[in-house]
Amino acid sequence: MPDALTLGWHQYRLERRMFWRNPSAAFFNFVLPLLFLFLIGAIVSGDQDALDVIVPGIAGMSVLSTTFSALAMNLVFLREQGVLKRMRGTPLPSGAYLGALAANAVTNAAIQVTIVVVSGRLFFGTGWPEDYLELVVFVVAGVACLAALGVAYSHLIPNFDSAPAFVNVVFLPVIFVSGVFFDAEDAPAFLRDIGRALPLTHVIDGLSGAMVTGASLADNAGSLGVIALWGIGGAVLAIRGFSWDAKRS
Amino acid sequence: MSSPAIEVRDLRKSYGTHDAVRGIDFEVARGEVFGLLGPNGAGKTTTVEVLEGYRDRTSGEVSVLGFDPGTRPRELRSRVGIVLQAGGMYRFVTVREAVTHWARLYPHPRDVEEVIAVAGLQEKADARVRTLSGGQARRLDLALALVGDPELIFLDEPTTGFDPAARRAAWDTIRSLRDLGKTVLLTTHYLDEAQELADRVAIIKAGRILAIGRPAELGVGALTRARVTWRDEDGRVQEREVEDPTRLVHDLTAAALAHGGTVAELTVSRPSLEDVYLELTADAAADAPIPPVPARA
Repeated sequence: MPDALTLGWHQYRLERRMFWRNPSAAFFNFVLPLLFLFLIGAIVSGDQDALDVIVPGIAGMSVLSTTFSALAMNLVFLREQGVLKRMRGTPLPSGAYLGALAANAVTNAAIQVTIVVVSGRLFFGTGWPEDYLELVVFVVAGVACLAALGVAYSHLIPNFDSAPAFVNVVFLPVIFVSGVFFDAEDAPAFLRDIGRALPLTHVIDGLSGAMVTGASLADNAGSLGVIALWGIGGAVLAIRGFSWDAKRS
Repeated sequence: MSSPAIEVRDLRKSYGTHDAVRGIDFEVARGEVFGLLGPNGAGKTTTVEVLEGYRDRTSGEVSVLGFDPGTRPRELRSRVGIVLQAGGMYRFVTVREAVTHWARLYPHPRDVEEVIAVAGLQEKADARVRTLSGGQARRLDLALALVGDPELIFLDEPTTGFDPAARRAAWDTIRSLRDLGKTVLLTTHYLDEAQELADRVAIIKAGRILAIGRPAELGVGALTRARVTWRDEDGRVQEREVEDPTRLVHDLTAAALAHGGTVAELTVSRPSLEDVYLELTADAAADAPIPPVPARA
């Protein structure tokens, strides 16, 4: 019997190949955040303070779109189409399959963050990251947390037709209150408080520390704690509500 | 012969207050093609999905290749092939990539090109799944179920939506599985399909098995009678339903021979599986318990 790790690796490679063949997925994951980065970067060009906010902000937004948004949409599609059910009837272990789906999202997040970091160095004056360890820690923590929340959120989405609306009603407000486009400290107090309660703000704080401000891992330990809390909650809900079968409706 | 491939004892499955399966029993011998025949909503798919490990049962005993499918053991999944009624697929994968990938998931897969040929998909081997017609997609379902070289294959309405030529081709494929010694559990609401393919058939309605036996036996079972028709000397068509037509036919022919004549248009017919099916699944019969024909394997 082939072992679970080998099978998971085969499944991961299939997922990668499928990802690149789906133009809308590639657009949603890669082109949109980069479009935002270059448009807003062009608008505020010359204002290094603004650029120092935008670059880590877009990096954080990329983590959100490649994990939370993409996994929620993908799982709803696979569930509704019956792909999840079909996979469940094969000897592929469930953990290997879900691990491959998650690894696929993680790969996209890593590629995207790398592109944003390199673009920041080349075009937006943010330089190379000051603290690579901190960068990796916050990307990993953000990916784990937001991926779990994306899986959990997919349980609430009734069908694929409504998936974009369900995803964007979370995605768009969250990127605004979490300080992707402006320093969250400048927002009105109630928005700032909402932002502080959400995980993306803390992912961006960590990325900002690693890439721009030099705030260390120790300085951002509290942010790591908030991300961990959301991640644990998301993981519990992701596992408890998981359905392999299309909803009967 | 070893133990049965499938054993089901008093299987019950409820969804909330709805009883989808209300106590059914059957066995499928190894190497047998067994058909579950019934109208939509009869409980066929629920039964099969319990056996496939997709659904928990409310009560009853179930054994598939000696395993309890409720615990979804991986060894069982590697020895079983499943064609779901509606199994989705990655849209951007090609037929060959899909079959190749599925082959990797099983310990002793069949040859990929051979399986593509068995499914009749050679010309579509490099086509993406999203470009396949409905019938071609169904044949891919079959290819993916067969590539692991399973001992037991579940086919849930495998030819629904096929044109007649595609159905014949699918039937040939299913017959070839029997020739290979595979066990097949087939659900269908097509009578001719059950009659053509199944060694034995269970007619199921409203979660109960109404009759079980060989397709030919079901037609001559205890609940059905022979119909004798002929044209009498006055030119009128006569019709009698009798338990045993031997005596009636003897009397008719003896009388005719005594006069040196013939019995015009004499026929003795047995109800077809279709007659039995229609009689059994008529609404009046839904709740009347009908003694099943004893199963003979």
